[in-house]
Amino acid sequence: MKNIKSIFVLTLVSLFFISCSNDDDVNPVPVNEEEVITTLIATLNATNGTPITMEFRDLDGDGPDAPVITVSSALLANTTYNGSLNLLNETTDPAESIREEIEEEANDHQFFFSNSSDLVTFAYGDEDGNDNPIGLLFSLTTTTVGNDTMTITLRHEPNKEAEGVSGGDITNAGGETDIAVTFPFTIE
Amino acid sequence: MKFFVTIVAMCFSLLVVAQKCNSKLGGTIDDFHDGSKIVGASLYIESLNTYAVTNLDGDFQFINLCDGIYNITVSHIACDTKFLQIEVKGNTTFNINLEHHVEELEEIRVKGSAVKTQANTSQETVLKSNDLEAFSSGSLGDALKQVSGVSSLNTGNTIVKPVINGLHSSRIIVMINGVRLQDQDWGIEHAPNIDINSAESISIIKGSGALAFGGDAIGGVVIMNPQRIFLKDSLFGKTITSAQTNGRGYSLSSKLTKTYTKGWYISGQGTLKRYGDFEAPDYSLTNTGLDSKSFSINAGYQTFEQGFNVFYSFLNNEIGILRSSHIGNIGDLVTAINNQQPQVVDGFSYDINSPRQDVTHQVFKVEFYKRFKKFGRLDIQYDFQNNQRLEYDLRVGDDRNKPALDLTLKTHSIKTNLKLDSNIGNTYEIGLSANYQNNFANPNTGVRRLIPDYDKYDFGIYAISDFKINDKLRIDFGVRYDLNRYDAKKFYQTSRWQEQGYDIDFNNFVIEDLGTQLLTNPKFDYHNFSASAGTTYDINEHHALLFNYSLSNRAPNPSELFSDGLHHSAARIELGDLRINQETSNRFAFSYLFSSKKMRFNFEAFYNHVNDFIYVEPTGTQQTIRGAFPVWSYKQTNASLVGLDVSVDYVISNHWSFRNRSSLLKGYDLDLNRPLIDMPSNNTMNSLKYNNEQWLNFNAELQSELVFRQNEFPDNNFEAFIPTTNQTVLVDISTPPPTYHLLHFNSDVTFGLSDQADLNVGISIQNLLNVSYRNYLNRLRYFADDLGRNIMLQLKINY
Repeated sequence: MKNIKSIFVLTLVSLFFISCSNDDDVNPVPVNEEEVITTLIATLNATNGTPITMEFRDLDGDGPDAPVITVSSALLANTTYNGSLNLLNETTDPAESIREEIEEEANDHQFFFSNSSDLVTFAYGDEDGNDNPIGLLFSLTTTTVGNDTMTITLRHEPNKEAEGVSGGDITNAGGETDIAVTFPFTIE
Repeated sequence: MKFFVTIVAMCFSLLVVAQKCNSKLGGTIDDFHDGSKIVGASLYIESLNTYAVTNLDGDFQFINLCDGIYNITVSHIACDTKFLQIEVKGNTTFNINLEHHVEELEEIRVKGSAVKTQANTSQETVLKSNDLEAFSSGSLGDALKQVSGVSSLNTGNTIVKPVINGLHSSRIIVMINGVRLQDQDWGIEHAPNIDINSAESISIIKGSGALAFGGDAIGGVVIMNPQRIFLKDSLFGKTITSAQTNGRGYSLSSKLTKTYTKGWYISGQGTLKRYGDFEAPDYSLTNTGLDSKSFSINAGYQTFEQGFNVFYSFLNNEIGILRSSHIGNIGDLVTAINNQQPQVVDGFSYDINSPRQDVTHQVFKVEFYKRFKKFGRLDIQYDFQNNQRLEYDLRVGDDRNKPALDLTLKTHSIKTNLKLDSNIGNTYEIGLSANYQNNFANPNTGVRRLIPDYDKYDFGIYAISDFKINDKLRIDFGVRYDLNRYDAKKFYQTSRWQEQGYDIDFNNFVIEDLGTQLLTNPKFDYHNFSASAGTTYDINEHHALLFNYSLSNRAPNPSELFSDGLHHSAARIELGDLRINQETSNRFAFSYLFSSKKMRFNFEAFYNHVNDFIYVEPTGTQQTIRGAFPVWSYKQTNASLVGLDVSVDYVISNHWSFRNRSSLLKGYDLDLNRPLIDMPSNNTMNSLKYNNEQWLNFNAELQSELVFRQNEFPDNNFEAFIPTTNQTVLVDISTPPPTYHLLHFNSDVTFGLSDQADLNVGISIQNLLNVSYRNYLNRLRYFADDLGRNIMLQLKINY
């Protein structure tokens, strides 16, 4: 009988322990992603004609919504455009510029440009501290009339010294891909 | 104090010498458990050099004693010797209870081993300290692979999760010194936070039959037992140190235990491990180092009738993850698979850079037990665990040194167990357990939470019975009920919430709308019922059979419910599903054991039918600014797992012995009619050992490990367009690596240093032939080969 009493008491003690749970109803704070790149804007300027903008925007980052790609107008044949890239994180308000971060760590980043038809050529317009290209500034030269695409790839920690990389060939670049975006366009 | 008491007692005895000495001391000696009379126990009064022995009724008597205090030693075969102080004053009656070690004795007879088993009719294997010491420098997962049917799921070579009969993570319970480990075991890259050196022996129970530990161990239970304490004045310890070529590192582990006759004990143990980059045969595996520190203290008081135990353990692991496994998008993954060589191979370094994990796990436990005469034993335990996991990704700018994942999981548990063992033949156990768990995801990471903040409440109740029908036949039954309640607060991207259709099914969970994000409060209750029944039958001294059936339910883990985000190491977006319900396993097991002087043969078969089996597989691709990613979603199906595990130990001659461990496993998706993903492939281990006790107990063993290619796998390959190269390519994530064969060698000798101390010197070589291989169950198999040859020197000192 004494045993049963002790067990009963001990069980009560355990139940007491179980019943103390803290009920804090404080809601967690939202996280606004800091280094997400939602937007890539390529601006192309030529001495003749209006500036052209190509925009890639994916506001929900790795969420399910498909990105929106816009190209403001067609390019002119036989023309050299000076290009400039801007990268934004538009999940924050005001939007955060990722371009600045890339400029600060220029040695660890490089853009690569490629196209599907051979109607345009690309050249780098800027250099990092080691005289290797970055690609935030570039030039695009059109040839004949037709349809083409421009694919912009950003690699983080590429091997810029590898063969062909400073010339814009991605084959030996290595590193990991931060951006891989394709813009279709027309040359008139 | 004791000395003082003795002096006083002696003076007192001297005083009474003058008195008349015709007192009698008599009484009865009973068994503690069932009150039966103990016959033939001897009682000895040291000061008088007088003996008495109990008769058939358990009675004893000393005559012609002087009044006074006597130290009496009571002993009986198969009982702990008991020391008593009895005051004799006139004719005195004193009844004594002895603990009859029936249980322990029986284990020795049945199992041929002094190690106590945990479950009676389950497929259980015990690894003893000798088996474990060889893995002192490694991990729990590596050590458990000695058991046939146990394999491992790796992320590199330092993150090793045990897989029991094809199942892992939340489907396995890991117990450390009576505490169920709560360390975010849901993640494939989350290895158990345990130092293998803290265990004296490990029991592996296949299947969910051991209901006292939990009802959801569909895969099995791993029980790490601390040193058994014996009631004697003793101070002993053990130090194991090793140095190895691969990883160019060392491991040092030391343990010291002090015990007292009265029942007090204290034991301390600590381990340090440090490794740099490991090496595959052809290249260095950059950023795969390990820095591990741990210690534990175990103290308490233990007698047969009552005792308590206080335990604290601390473990910190900093683990580098192969640099090349961190990739940007599908294009990078394709490049990695096609290259057959890691992208980044730097020179050797001890540095642990990102990507890396920094995990700290602490366990605190207090336990109390008391035995009641002719009734049973009651245990009460409270434990608290704190698990902090920091994961660092490759990040840019100010975030470079900020973790991408920062989770703190706190768990409070209380449990009681009452074992009714007054009738040795039929024992009953009932128990209650309750947990409160809180997960906190630190928002300062600047990365959306992979696992949300949540509170989890668990309550469990069980009853187990064990009947010994006769010497040969034994039956046990158990039932258990568990309630698991989740109360989570999670932010969903509005787009994801709608895409998953949660806006229709779970709109009531939304508590705040922040525009692009929704704060939700998912609450779920899961009622789980588990049961187990089994029998063992010893046909004769050589042959024994075991049958076991177990039913178990497992509630989904937080990862299966709430996962939502990009995994860099796998280049995939993982999505949990709020609609997932618990999975139900029906497992049938059969074992046949043959044992003779020369041979021990154990054959274990099982069939595990899992309804609503939870798994993750690719369900489409999603376009982001980084390019395309496959989406992996958690889903449910009906699955069957069937397997055979064989172990053979054969003594060829005085010096030579042979060992085989083999396992076959088939996992099948019954709804989709195809194999299950990530099932261990068939494998066989054979070893030949030479032992000569005359040569300093010399041992030499050559081991052959053959792991077959997994030929049964679901084809999850998909085609993806890579904009950078303007090509559509096949992404081959499914094809398993080929069959491989490894040879290992180890040898050791033991020197006696003194009566109580010895030194064991061992050398072992893993992957003797430096073979390049990859394992299907290593998540880094896309990126690099597994480890090359490793030569390890180990010193073991027992003192």
